[in-house]
Amino acid sequence: MSGIWVLIEHRRGEIREISYEMLGKGRMVAEKLKQELSAVILASDAKAYVDKIKKYASRILTIEDKQLEHYNALSYQAVLSALAREKAPTLLLMGHTSYGMDLAPRLSAALKWPLATDSVEVEVSEGNIEAIRKMYSDKVNARIGFRGAKNCLVSVRPGSFPAEIDAAYEGEVISVTSSLTTEIQARKFIEFVEAATGAVDITQADILVSVGRGIGDAENIPLAEALAQALGATLSCSRPVVDKKWLPKERQVGTSGKTVKPKVYIALGISGAFQHVAGMKNSGAIIAVNKDPKAPIFNVAQYGIVDDLLKVLPVLTEKVKALRAA
Amino acid sequence: MNIIVCVKRVPETSEAEITIDKSGKDIHTEDLVFDINEWDNYAVEEAVRIREKEGGTITVVTLGSQESQDTLRRALAMGADGAIHLNDPSFLGGDPYATAQALQAALKGKLFDLLLTGVQAGDDGYAQTGPILAELLNIPHATMVTKVDIDGKKARIHRELEGGLEEVCEIELPALLTIQTGINEPRYVSIMGIRKAKQKEIREVLIKDLGLSPEQVSAAGSLTELKELFLPPTCKVAEIFKGSPDDVSIKVIDILKEKGGL
Ligand SMILES: Cc1cc2nc3c(=O)[nH]c(=O)nc-3n(C[C@H](O)[C@H](O)[C@H](O)COP(=O)(O)OP(=O)(O)OC[C@H]3O[C@@H](n4cnc5c(N)ncnc54)[C@H](O)[C@@H]3O)c2cc1C
Ligand SMILES: Nc1ncnc2c1ncn2[C@@H]1O[C@H](COP(=O)(O)O)[C@@H](O)[C@H]1O
Repeated sequence: MSGIWVLIEHRRGEIREISYEMLGKGRMVAEKLKQELSAVILASDAKAYVDKIKKYASRILTIEDKQLEHYNALSYQAVLSALAREKAPTLLLMGHTSYGMDLAPRLSAALKWPLATDSVEVEVSEGNIEAIRKMYSDKVNARIGFRGAKNCLVSVRPGSFPAEIDAAYEGEVISVTSSLTTEIQARKFIEFVEAATGAVDITQADILVSVGRGIGDAENIPLAEALAQALGATLSCSRPVVDKKWLPKERQVGTSGKTVKPKVYIALGISGAFQHVAGMKNSGAIIAVNKDPKAPIFNVAQYGIVDDLLKVLPVLTEKVKALRAA
Repeated sequence: MNIIVCVKRVPETSEAEITIDKSGKDIHTEDLVFDINEWDNYAVEEAVRIREKEGGTITVVTLGSQESQDTLRRALAMGADGAIHLNDPSFLGGDPYATAQALQAALKGKLFDLLLTGVQAGDDGYAQTGPILAELLNIPHATMVTKVDIDGKKARIHRELEGGLEEVCEIELPALLTIQTGINEPRYVSIMGIRKAKQKEIREVLIKDLGLSPEQVSAAGSLTELKELFLPPTCKVAEIFKGSPDDVSIKVIDILKEKGGL
């Protein structure tokens, strides 16, 4: 067998956006290789998902089992590796998300199929699949080959491809029996919990002054706070600032924090990792201050200042204050 | 509670100028500053905190060049009891599968309750070595862990999902957990502390000690091949404001007036 497979990601009854992004890319790869595109859905009840996915793939493979209701590395891997071994797809696409990052490497080792994680492009060269992925703080691209393997796995960085809208398949649904015979005990899903929410809602702000690790020290946070105050803006930040407890979690922008869309986003000492950019790229205007001219943040910002933020910040704050007073 | 922590020595790249070397498959590292991988620093700290409550020992393990000794010393100074160094040039240059194979061979037969890695290495960002190692050792795993509570033969853990959501799981020990940043506040290590840790043992391991053949490690033992590195094409470039802080501030205020209703 062959075929291009996309593992559909869902959580709490919702199909996640990454699924549509992979279906779009999957269709292109399938067309190039003249292979069928299949969507794979693991769930306790797949019907609602099948209805939504049907037009995006020529086949929909479903495995239904009560143990597949919530994602679990062990149950998902058991059924997926059995299915993959039997049907041997050329390529299985998964999300480089907290779900795919948990599942893909272990699946790759169990199947002994090569895996390229965090990929931003999937290419076909002389019939062989290759992936492009980011390394070294997103400053370098790497081309990953699969050493002639017949089957491979690629996990896709969210936001790398546009979500599929054009497909017009009438997906044939193939229901496969779950290979799970006993209850998985070694890892169990208990519940979802929401990270604590605080009084400040950064998603409501018109202007965000956002600080990254480049602020250097907790002692410098008041400098950014002063600018935010002068502007009537809200203070937000990247993850390391929260990890270091310089600001509370509710201020964090990014995949594991909040998605924001202010009129203006001022990024101070933020390098522009994709987990951060995913949370702010749709801002009205992005102004970045960074001392490194090669920082990836300058690929998403419309305006940039290449300088020490500790020099720029006080001057900018004074100028804003003066303007306000006038 | 016996805990093993995998640590890696990585270059700091977010503030550095990165250039690709002649081979086209690696970067120039001469001018880069190396340190323990950020995620692994949190993992070592978590191990030390768990041991404070549960007792037991901590062993840190790394696969890497001679200089990786510094990383082990740092972890020993943080509180690890012993270290294993897979220090053989023939181990180097593998993908996460090959690295995990060597780590598995080194850990095989060791009794442990918890095996910790970082979520990812800051240099290659693969985020693969931990779960692969769990599969090779046939133990359960959970990634992106932000909270660990040991409860007898089980651990109750929190895993980070997207958008501020977390998932609570129960996992049977022995288990492998990949540790996410922010789970704790790693302690400071002084030069003195590192000097003191010199008394602790670092056991060096060569490929022949593990009974592995050269085909199982390095590039030969890898499932993938790094074919080339290249600098990303600049897709969109920001308009850079030039001049003194005064000059650039005026331009920023213009943008704020235009776009932000200042
Ligand atoms: C599963 C997962 C989820 C994640 N979720 C998130 C998330 O939700 N949000 C998030 O932000 N990150 C997240 N991250 C982390 C992300 O990968 C990056 O590590 C993080 O975004 C880097 O933050 P930073 O840009 O502040 O720091 P760094 O990458 O360290 O960058 C600091 C920048 O400051 C610049 N700088 C330093 N000093 C100065 C100065 N004096 N003046 C001007 N510039 C200076 C440097 O040139 C550099 O570009 C996640 C990671 C993982 C693995
Ligand atoms: N060479 C190595 N030696 C020891 N541990 C490693 C090595 N490479 C990776 N790891 C561990 O695996 C984690 C993930 O690395 P990676 O899969 O390369 O992103 C790291 O945080 C380390 O804990």
